Amino acid sequence: MTSALLFISAFLASGVEFVEALTIVLALGITRGWRSPLVGTAAAALVLAAIVAALGPALTLVPIDVLRLIVGALLLAFGLQWLRKAILRSSGYKALHDEEEAFHLETEEARRAGAGEHAGLDWYAFTLSFKGVLLEGLEVAFIVVTFGSSERNIPLAALGAASALLLVVLAGVALRAPLARVPENTIKFSVGVLLTTFGTFWGAEGTGVSWPGDELALPVLLAFIAFSAFGLVKLLERRRIQTPAEAPA
Amino acid sequence: MRLVARFLRFWWTFIVGDDWRVALGIAVALGVSAMLVEAGVPAWWLIPLAAVGLLADSLRRATRA
Repeated sequence: MTSALLFISAFLASGVEFVEALTIVLALGITRGWRSPLVGTAAAALVLAAIVAALGPALTLVPIDVLRLIVGALLLAFGLQWLRKAILRSSGYKALHDEEEAFHLETEEARRAGAGEHAGLDWYAFTLSFKGVLLEGLEVAFIVVTFGSSERNIPLAALGAASALLLVVLAGVALRAPLARVPENTIKFSVGVLLTTFGTFWGAEGTGVSWPGDELALPVLLAFIAFSAFGLVKLLERRRIQTPAEAPA
Repeated sequence: MRLVARFLRFWWTFIVGDDWRVALGIAVALGVSAMLVEAGVPAWWLIPLAAVGLLADSLRRATRA
């Protein structure tokens, strides 16, 4: 069960980040040609693979309790950040991320930017695609390394991320348009719940806690975090609706 | 120097994010959990409650602002 959740977490987190990276690469490819953005993407993918390859084996040398404490703390910090943003978006306090709008903005900026060639590459398209893919992918690398090392199964986490990448690239090639229909916030909400659940489980284990039922505590914990997060969305939604009505009085 | 500052700022934003109180709260909760375990008190309930409590408090402050 932990392996399935590990795969799902890496797949979903990677998918949503790759959708955002795809928007940048598509906008650059359509306006400035495909060669430089694709080279930038490949270079960023190589850097990310090197990070995972270097950090992954190094982390497996750390004693498991110490590793789970560190990874648990990091996943909790990370997961609560994702959940916080997703809840603010779901309840209407923050605007939803709009891939089509992001695509139009990127396209417009790419058209306006001047031409400049270095080493046979359109430098603007190369650096922007490299930076975009690297920054979006860094979160993926972080999740793959932390999840994978805690479960001593980095290849499975990497497989989850690679499957998401393949799916997003295939969809992008087929549509030649940003994947605006992907329910990004729902996925981010789910990933936030998963990261917080694993962060809680491993962080507590790292401090010496024994969970009642051992790994059977995971689904209960998942349900508790998910239920609480839904409750917070509903609470904020109700408060947002009530606030404007109360304001004039 | 500016490069180092930018590097540190990037990692701060990446890990801590918009609300540093959440990160601090996690560290405190993990510390308290370790102390309870050391004292022989079952502490499995602490981190889940702390996580939800920190999230609720952070959201309350964000929406009030």
